[in-house]
Amino acid sequence: MGLVSLLLVAALAATVGAQSARDYIYIVGSSTVYPFATVVAERFGKATPFKTPKVESTGSGGGFKLFCAGVGVKPPDITNASRRIKDSEFEKCRANGVTEVVEVKIGYDGIVLANSKKAPAMKLTRKDIFLALAREVPDPKGGQKLIPNPYKTWRDVNSSLRDVKIEVLGPPPTSGTRDAFVELAMERGAESFEWLKALQHKDKKAFKRIAHQLREDGAYIEAGENDNLIVQKLLANPDALGVFGFSYLDQNTDKIKGASVDGVEPTFESIASGSYPLSRPLFFYVKKAHVGLIPGIPEYIREFTSERAWGPEGYLADKGLISMPDKERKRYRDQARGLKPMTSP
Amino acid sequence: MIGSSMERDDPLSPQEGSRRSLPMVQKRLRVRYRAERRFRLYGAAAVGISLLFLAFLFVSIVSKGFSAFWQAEILLDIYFDPEILTQGHLSEVNYPALIKRSLSKRFPDVRTRRDRRALYALVSSGAAFELQRLVERDLDLIGKTLPVWLPADDDVDMLLKGRVDRSLPEQERRLTDRQLAWVDALIQEGRLRMRFNSRFFTSGDSREPELAGILGAAAGSGLTLVVTLLLSFPIGIAAAVYLEEFAPKTRWVDLIEVNINNLAAVPSIVFGILGLAVFLNFFSLPRSAPLVGGLVLTLMTLPTIIIASRASLKAVPPSIREAALSMGASRMQTVAHHVLPLALPGMLTGAILGMARALGETAPLLMVGMVAFIVEIPKRFTDPATVLPVQIFLWADSPERAFVERTSAAILVLLAFLLVMNAAAVYLRRRFQRRW
Repeated sequence: MGLVSLLLVAALAATVGAQSARDYIYIVGSSTVYPFATVVAERFGKATPFKTPKVESTGSGGGFKLFCAGVGVKPPDITNASRRIKDSEFEKCRANGVTEVVEVKIGYDGIVLANSKKAPAMKLTRKDIFLALAREVPDPKGGQKLIPNPYKTWRDVNSSLRDVKIEVLGPPPTSGTRDAFVELAMERGAESFEWLKALQHKDKKAFKRIAHQLREDGAYIEAGENDNLIVQKLLANPDALGVFGFSYLDQNTDKIKGASVDGVEPTFESIASGSYPLSRPLFFYVKKAHVGLIPGIPEYIREFTSERAWGPEGYLADKGLISMPDKERKRYRDQARGLKPMTSP
Repeated sequence: MIGSSMERDDPLSPQEGSRRSLPMVQKRLRVRYRAERRFRLYGAAAVGISLLFLAFLFVSIVSKGFSAFWQAEILLDIYFDPEILTQGHLSEVNYPALIKRSLSKRFPDVRTRRDRRALYALVSSGAAFELQRLVERDLDLIGKTLPVWLPADDDVDMLLKGRVDRSLPEQERRLTDRQLAWVDALIQEGRLRMRFNSRFFTSGDSREPELAGILGAAAGSGLTLVVTLLLSFPIGIAAAVYLEEFAPKTRWVDLIEVNINNLAAVPSIVFGILGLAVFLNFFSLPRSAPLVGGLVLTLMTLPTIIIASRASLKAVPPSIREAALSMGASRMQTVAHHVLPLALPGMLTGAILGMARALGETAPLLMVGMVAFIVEIPKRFTDPATVLPVQIFLWADSPERAFVERTSAAILVLLAFLLVMNAAAVYLRRRFQRRW
């Protein structure tokens, strides 16, 4: 019987050897872009003679790690990202022979703070968010001193808010949503203090340490990567707020509502115009060396950048993607279809 | 005991002593019986609680998931317009236009662009591909008008299943008042029906809930399990036979035994990391392939199978072996002709239970990239694939409301598979087991 399994292993090895070429596009990257990339991939697979691309959700950082591993059949052709490629990642790509990378911006995603419909709407500012959630906050008595966060209720933070316990369910540090939330809400909130803003110019690292560290005393609850779960927990606990991507608010408008940030409600229009402060751009990156090696890459880019996909009335908008203004869309479409590689991150 | 001790200390006669001690004995007996009853009650309560949890789980999954086996369909009179269909290559044809025309014809008073978009949104985006398939199968359709049942959008589906609250204000619903009116009109005409959702069993994954199916994941699970079974069953039995029948009782063999027992208790994610390091990074096998998933699950189920196989070999009485040997059979013949056939039912049971565990496993497969959006149904061992539990995991994370019921329905399918496998194990045990 051992012999049988040996033969089997040999047979399997032979089939692997035969699989030297890949005939489908391999996409990795951000879990925020995943719902959009998969829709495009599915339509692309159905409408064209090419195979449906394989889309793996690895997170933005994990995506770049795989993407920059080299050129060939094994590494992915495209990586999705909910942030721009970092210098270090770009360098790593170059070092591994991935010299020509095409950057495609696809639109925006809003990060919302939402609560149950049963509770009144929240009107927050980024300063409120920072004060409510940072592990250490400036001493309310004044002076340039940090103290462990003393605030228990939203009213402690800002007297115009409701007198309920601060309880925020949000993503863990591995999530791209968390990165963006910390950057867009916490950092900007911290900057509302003059001396912290000065510190940012002097010592960037120290500033980041203050702005990026969230409370660990139970006011901020890491609820895992599953945003549906956060929505369900909000229904059970009307006093809690949840942090997640706009598409989850869009799908659950009958159950939850978004808090306004700095006086702007999270809507399609406000995120697209950039007036809603917690919005971030989404990207995908294409390995130019794989065009011609793997079939269908230019056609996939074409589908993604077509008006019926990423336009304001396209099918990606139905899935919650917030499209770019017309001009920007045209610029990125031309750049992507012309496969113009980026020169620096 | 009590009586005899009293006899010694007490000057009273034995009869009198027992008469006095009788109430005491009875009292103690009562206490003992009560304790016994309480103990039994604790046991029954424990069983009751676990049954309650099980019932809760089943009720929640079945009530959520059952509706996924039905799907709303819309009847549209499609005119296969030669003008549209003969433009350009067959794969570039604007099939959605056929549906849009048919809808506009039915609701001619819908004028503005916004309203039209809302109207077209009632039909699934996959309907156009369905028409494409129809036309490609039968080119004679071109130029004819045909009533076709097409899948409705997931929002309409949810409405018909009573999962959309009509009493809510318009902006808080996924469907607008006008859309509700159109849906009601279609229902009145009998153009909207609920049908058995055969797509759920015949198609791969999709980002549109109404088009998503589990066949891709089930095929991935099947391919993965085939690899696992083909590798782990022969290797496991060979290892068990050697260790039980041939291996000398040395310290090394003891060490191997202890390690096999320990491996059976190692968390499965560890095997996933091992698989990533060995099969993907060292041997450069393809990511997300059932082959690699099967190899990883082989590592995981091997200890279970070895332990079960050894137990069933041990259960074969030594007299069988001795009888065979005394008749002049070699040790090899003894094992192959007598011991192994008698131990095989037990081994099979162990293997099936190991497979059932492998079928429900998610964590190690995440590490080797089997968590991906894959539409095409895998056919070879190196095709990209996911498995059933990973599909459940992916759907549970999808924002669309209609995926909630699909998730539960996929769980039901997985449970059905597990039930069948466990039933097979029980059957084999009943049918072939011998008592000595």
